[in-house]
Amino acid sequence: MNIDGVKNGIVLDHIKAGKSMMAYKLLGLDKVKSCVAIIQNADSSKYGKKDIIKIDELIDLDYDVLGYIDSNITVNIVKDGKMVEKKHMKLPTELRNVVTCKNPRCITSVEQEIVQIFRLKNEEKKVYRCAYCDAEHKVK
Amino acid sequence: MSEIRNLINITDLSLEEIDHLIDVANDIVANPTVYQDICNHKKLATLFFEPSTRTRLSFEAAMLELGGSVLGFSAASSSSAAKGESVSDTIQTVGCYADIIAMRHPKEGAPIVASQRTTVPIINGGDGGHFHPTQTLTDLLTIKRKKGRLDNMTVGLCGDLKFGRTVHSLIEAMMRYENVKFVLISPQELQVPDYVKESLNENGAEWVEMESLEEAMPQLDILYMTRIQKERFFNEEDYVRLKDTYILDLEKLTNAKEDLTILHPLPRVNEISVEVDNDPRACYFFQALCGKHIRMALILFLLGLK
Repeated sequence: MNIDGVKNGIVLDHIKAGKSMMAYKLLGLDKVKSCVAIIQNADSSKYGKKDIIKIDELIDLDYDVLGYIDSNITVNIVKDGKMVEKKHMKLPTELRNVVTCKNPRCITSVEQEIVQIFRLKNEEKKVYRCAYCDAEHKVK
Repeated sequence: MSEIRNLINITDLSLEEIDHLIDVANDIVANPTVYQDICNHKKLATLFFEPSTRTRLSFEAAMLELGGSVLGFSAASSSSAAKGESVSDTIQTVGCYADIIAMRHPKEGAPIVASQRTTVPIINGGDGGHFHPTQTLTDLLTIKRKKGRLDNMTVGLCGDLKFGRTVHSLIEAMMRYENVKFVLISPQELQVPDYVKESLNENGAEWVEMESLEEAMPQLDILYMTRIQKERFFNEEDYVRLKDTYILDLEKLTNAKEDLTILHPLPRVNEISVEVDNDPRACYFFQALCGKHIRMALILFLLGLK
């Protein structure tokens, strides 16, 4: 299957196969007006299979959340058909409305409008804790 | 305008600020007349969505002794929470009526939500099984008055260390002092949560977990007893199985140090036998008195009056 290359835009590469829709939603791509292509299960020499998202416009995105989805994701910025910048992801220090606290004793379990906030406590072990109750969330 | 200060977690206060509060609390005892009108025309709201005797009444007594006044409720059932009102909405409303708010809520993190919705200082009077920083200030003042120091000691914490919010806050506070060793005495099911152990390790604190109170006793300078809290269990069977795990009586104190200080945040059920009350090492009712003095100092501090 062929998808045209991006001339001026963003390519999110090396997304773990099956995670592209999660990235699509968390980046808010469902709300942008640009042309967006999602490629699932593309061949990858490094990982076997991968997903790719191509955005045919240079738009502002909050990339931090990508590091939570998969730290192997790369963000390639393309201008005039050439890659001018390549960004590597790492775990964001804070997650907002990405993870829901599972602690039934947490205030967020009863008051749904509260912003769910998790803060990175241990980067090596990929451990986040709820900002309200300290409940643990481990990144799989 | 100066920054609004809250007390949600004991770590919101530096060691210097805790020392200052202890100094003010002691000065309040020495010079009560200096403080009796200092909060004239100031109002404290006590919002207790969960029952309390000491914490709420000591807050109210503290504000009254400072010349201020109090308003609030002592149960969620007597507030609009019973109609389904959120913490956010309640706090935004009460923030219009009071200069400072002390609150207790069964859900963990509720005071954080409250602090985001108002510009008056919020004091956490206990949030579920999470934290109880004003009890910790009470504990620190009691220890300082009894021992003359807050460093160089072995602190045993016994009972429900999992849901014991007073335990979590006391550990968070005392691990910042030099050479404090913690002996965590509990059944396996009620050991301190991982996040507390992580804090201990991050601070390089020395700690050990034990199941036997008798074995731990000889090394302790402080014994902090806690109640197995029925209200924290989702399963009645677990509570019944664990509730009588530790009962401190005079026999168990046989191997204790002569200058041991026995503390308990109260209320107790049966984890300290009443025969211990007359032992000079029992300090838990003195602790309740200290609670009023330190809360007076805290109110002044958060209102920027001292």
